[in-house]
Amino acid sequence: MNRDVEKNPPLLTAEGIDVRFGSRSVLAHVSLAVHRGEIVSLIGPNGAGKTTLVRVVLGLLAPARGRVATKPGLRIGYMPQALAVDEILPITAARFLALSGITDRSRIARALDLVGAARVAEGQLRDLSGGELRRVVLARAILRNPDLLVLDEPVQGVDVVGQSELYDLITGLRDRTGCGILMVSHDLHVVMATTDKVVCINHHVCCTGHPETVSRHPEYLALFGPYAAQRLALYTHGHDHRHDESGEVVPLAGADTHGHRHG
Amino acid sequence: MDDFVLRALAAGLGAALAAGPLGSFIVWGRMAYFGEALAHSALLGVALGLAIGLDPTWPVILVAGLVALMLAWLQGSRDLATDTLLGIVAQASLALGLVVLAFLKTVRVDLLAYLFGDVLAVTPSDVAFIWIGAAVALASLWRIWRPMLSLTVHEDLARVEGVDVPKIRVAFMLLIALVVAIAMKIVGLLPITALLIIPAATARRFSRNPEQMAVLAAALGCLAVAAGLWGSFVWDTPSGPSMVVASVAGFVLSRIGAGVRLVRPS
Repeated sequence: MNRDVEKNPPLLTAEGIDVRFGSRSVLAHVSLAVHRGEIVSLIGPNGAGKTTLVRVVLGLLAPARGRVATKPGLRIGYMPQALAVDEILPITAARFLALSGITDRSRIARALDLVGAARVAEGQLRDLSGGELRRVVLARAILRNPDLLVLDEPVQGVDVVGQSELYDLITGLRDRTGCGILMVSHDLHVVMATTDKVVCINHHVCCTGHPETVSRHPEYLALFGPYAAQRLALYTHGHDHRHDESGEVVPLAGADTHGHRHG
Repeated sequence: MDDFVLRALAAGLGAALAAGPLGSFIVWGRMAYFGEALAHSALLGVALGLAIGLDPTWPVILVAGLVALMLAWLQGSRDLATDTLLGIVAQASLALGLVVLAFLKTVRVDLLAYLFGDVLAVTPSDVAFIWIGAAVALASLWRIWRPMLSLTVHEDLARVEGVDVPKIRVAFMLLIALVVAIAMKIVGLLPITALLIIPAATARRFSRNPEQMAVLAAALGCLAVAAGLWGSFVWDTPSGPSMVVASVAGFVLSRIGAGVRLVRPS
């Protein structure tokens, strides 16, 4: 896919973000932009400040310095990292979506259907598997027809097959709606095929750019080690199919948008 | 039946109706210690009210409300864990209340009546106040229901979706302060938390959605109040603890019932 999205004004920019917790500097001079139709992956080791940056971008945390600017009227869909619903709260997946303030049943059903979670709509949230729960949370994020999706570790706790399905789903959402996506992952390999731009942070921006460029960047290799570079080859492949519920290979409708080559 | 029995029952049912739904949120949001701290702070309100020669109800609302606001404000700071903070506030206000009462040598106070409830103390105007207070509490809770539930499930997600989290939180804390004040006469200050959380905990396993649980908690609370009052009259026991015992009995029965259901082959 030709990346001319950057000609448009960005949906969101963060410039020179500094965050300090006490005397500890968590983020130092971090900048970032997301455009319409663009998937930006934020990667970095555990404790690198990825979630902190996401909270700044969402306006949940005020930075010590720097500023976040959003397109006027920007609608953001947010998928938080860990969403554990307490055992003591009885709530179905459909009702969980309605907590967003959008209570239109047909819209909720459509959102759940879109993420492949229609089956569990009336299931209790606490009974869902990790993968089902991630899908339901993603459904809530897309329920408001967002211009920008912010996904914090969208595939956490999901098995490998489920992971690639979810990434296909996320790419498909971008293709269909043209929204921008900011996605956090601790692992570059799995987002290689999905992402347009990678921002690698470890308290500061180590390197940024095209996924394959980043994967060869010395700072990236220093952070993740040469082992990471070897494993990369495994993941650089075109997604021209998905798996249906029984695991059968199904050709993808928009396969041409997925089978692009990098570099 | 005597008038005062009916008054006590009416007062208890009013308190239980408001306590069920609010208690459900306390259980969902793990705020049991918060309810406890507010209940203890009410004793300071009682003491101050007696010191200036007022019916304690309004001073209790005032003190519990101020403590609620202070807690909401203090929770913003990260130096102390919330449970430590709540423990300090609860103990400080309870102790202060007792000290102030000790200074009031001219006033004879039936402390046990405030701590554990006194069915004989309920006047017709108390009943009216309890029902009006309960109606206000339930109507207010209804207005903030969706945003409050959303922030209970995930605060950041609620904020991104436009919920004014600090405002809703403070409103909820003030509602708890109100319920403490209305339940004080009949239930007593110390067992209030029990009336808030035990019916909600019992209701959990019979509910499939939050509203079911809230309504069921209110109903179970009413049952516990009626059973507790009956026991209180028959055995001349303090009303608040009797209601708590009845409530706990219901909780234990529901657990045993569930156990039996699990064992029985389906």
